[in-house]
Amino acid sequence: MEDQIEKQEFNITVYTENQIGLLNRIAIIFTRRKINIDSLNTSPSEIESIHRFNIVITESEDVVRKLTRQIEKQVEVLKVYYHTNDDVIWQEMALYKVSTDVIAERVSVERLLRENGARVVTLRKDYTVFETTGHREETDNLISILQPYGLIEFVRSARVAIIKDSEGFNSKLRDFERLEPGEEVIENEYLNKGEKVFTM
Amino acid sequence: MEVAQETLTAPAAKEAVELSGSQALLDALIIEGVDTIFGYPGGAIMPIYDALYDYKEKLNHILVRHEQGGIHAGQGYARTSGKVGVVFATSGPGATNLVTGLADAQIDSTPLVCITGQVFAHLLGTDAFQETDVINITTPVTKWNYQVTDATEIPEVIAKAFYIAKSGRPGPVLIDITKNAQIQKFDYKGYTKCDHIRSYRPKPIVRPQYIKEAAELINSAKKPFIIWGQGVILGSAEQEFKAFVEKSGIPSAWTILGAGAIPTDHPLNVGMLGMHGNYGPNVLTNECDVLIAIGMRFDDRVTGRLDKYAKQAKVVHLDIDPAEIDKNVKSTVPVWGDCKETLPLLTALVEGKEHTEWVKLFNEYTQKEYDAVIHAELNPTSPEMTMGEVIKQLNELTKGDAVIVTDVGQHQMVACRYANLNKTRSNVTSGGLGTMGFALPAAIGAKFGAQERDVIAIIGDGGFQMTLQELGTIMQTGIDVKIIILNNKFLGMVRQWQELFNERRYSFVDIQSPDFVAVAAAYGIKGKMIDDRKDLQSALKEMMENKGSFLLEVMVTKENNVFPMVPQGCSVAEIRLK
Repeated sequence: MEDQIEKQEFNITVYTENQIGLLNRIAIIFTRRKINIDSLNTSPSEIESIHRFNIVITESEDVVRKLTRQIEKQVEVLKVYYHTNDDVIWQEMALYKVSTDVIAERVSVERLLRENGARVVTLRKDYTVFETTGHREETDNLISILQPYGLIEFVRSARVAIIKDSEGFNSKLRDFERLEPGEEVIENEYLNKGEKVFTM
Repeated sequence: MEVAQETLTAPAAKEAVELSGSQALLDALIIEGVDTIFGYPGGAIMPIYDALYDYKEKLNHILVRHEQGGIHAGQGYARTSGKVGVVFATSGPGATNLVTGLADAQIDSTPLVCITGQVFAHLLGTDAFQETDVINITTPVTKWNYQVTDATEIPEVIAKAFYIAKSGRPGPVLIDITKNAQIQKFDYKGYTKCDHIRSYRPKPIVRPQYIKEAAELINSAKKPFIIWGQGVILGSAEQEFKAFVEKSGIPSAWTILGAGAIPTDHPLNVGMLGMHGNYGPNVLTNECDVLIAIGMRFDDRVTGRLDKYAKQAKVVHLDIDPAEIDKNVKSTVPVWGDCKETLPLLTALVEGKEHTEWVKLFNEYTQKEYDAVIHAELNPTSPEMTMGEVIKQLNELTKGDAVIVTDVGQHQMVACRYANLNKTRSNVTSGGLGTMGFALPAAIGAKFGAQERDVIAIIGDGGFQMTLQELGTIMQTGIDVKIIILNNKFLGMVRQWQELFNERRYSFVDIQSPDFVAVAAAYGIKGKMIDDRKDLQSALKEMMENKGSFLLEVMVTKENNVFPMVPQGCSVAEIRLK
């Protein structure tokens, strides 16, 4: 199928009210189409009472566009954007717990930190926790380095992504609070690119 | 939220009065203009019912026999009245029994506010008696839902519920209220209706540029074709729609939920779309050059095979819901907005035309269909009666002025194809979800929503048995609903598919029925069964003239098929006449 070829990672950014149950309302828009969510981060935004979701899925743009409209239709959703990986700066954070004895004895810790852009979060007699931030390959890389020395525990955060070409949400929010807001907050950004979207 | 300036309970009082959550709820309903509630009490909603005891004069509570009946009645009420249907149910099984109706209302955009009782807040999550996670169960099938655990939230939440249910593309809202919140007394400062939620945009802004582009496309078209749906009715835009159709002179066809927005006999109404729709509208969808879709969502039952649907046409899509644009069919020009606003703008820009040759082509297809299908269906020579001739006889009695409520299956397709509808809000059916058992309770609600009109439920022998307990609601309320059971002793639509596509392997479609007339009699409802054509006219007349409800069972041909038919997986142009 053509769709299969077109599939790629998309970063979906959702601005919402802080409402119980909204996570489920958004999640089921993906699950009803049997789409797996690769990564999901939700956290308060820079604006008080507004939350920001970063959702990563692998899909064709056509499907992603339909999904974003169905998400934006939810009562407590203010705005949805979607972007390819090229359109965003993204990072994931990872924590690694290793035995302090082993690591001190067998590894040049200093070099390890330097080469992997990692830092020590906690240093205790029994264990040490490293942290690194980066793309998936970078955090994966440190796993493979630490694995031989008995990696006790590993955890990686969801992806957070900043949109390269955006002017932020602050100004838009003021518009939302008005009864008769301006045109640009009503519909998704891509609608302004009429000819790009609405061709046959 | 700002507090209210006025309340019925505390007249002209700016200071608070002490009310329970239940009283505040009922006060809110009255201010929202609610006059009828369909419901069923139970443990977790008892405080609301206790408060209702004091509101009996203002709120007409209809005790149904099953919560599913309650919500379908609420849907019927909403569809004929244009108001929000209100439904009460208790927690647990009461609430889960609403789910089918919620799904039906969600897919057919019916405005409802459902109030469910819930166990005490401190018991949430403990598997308490009749506790079920209603919010999560109903999330996929509601436009919005919310759980109230504190009475002080009630005025604001109910105001939001009504605003969300009826604004934009309407839909069902469910509010789950824990028992403690129903009992809790608080300082009620009145009720203010909601007209704005910052994260909610019910209507997209109308873009003049798209109106202009749409008008240019329409004006340049040689073979334009309008297809309309329920959006015209939901937007109360029937007049605006008629003006557009008449000025542009464009032949127009309807989805089953759009039926009746302009009268059946309007010269530019060329018939029904979809799987069992009319011949011309289906075939010519693939011949038109500009397809103008108004308040419809290109359901698969309308489009048939999507990759062969109207590929030659430029598509103008008018819809209030941005998520519908380009969902199934790519539009050339998307006309966002409420069609009550967009249609007059478009009408102003389109040229007055008469597409005589093009309309004539539709009429030629109508004639072909008449010769191949309709004539035999409406004037059968077989000894057994057909569903079509029953509808034809009924038309002569109703003159097209009745509300026709249908269930799901063959009788639904036949009724929608052949019933004459002069007025809007005359067709109540379960379109998107296809809920068998919808018609009887929906007809009860439809009558409460339009008491001055005749309401006729047309139901199959299968669907009737799914919700026939609502005959009890008819008995107790004395509401006047005419019921026609078209009995072919089969689950006819599935049987038709088994005949056509499964080599007549009739797998569990042979359904036996009780003596429906005796069942009706047990509920004190008059009835009659006929199996001879010579009795049809007089029996229908007796039914219509009877004061009060009447059940007429008509025995029809067992193995009749509904044609034309667009088989699944085929394009609309491949519609079969036999």
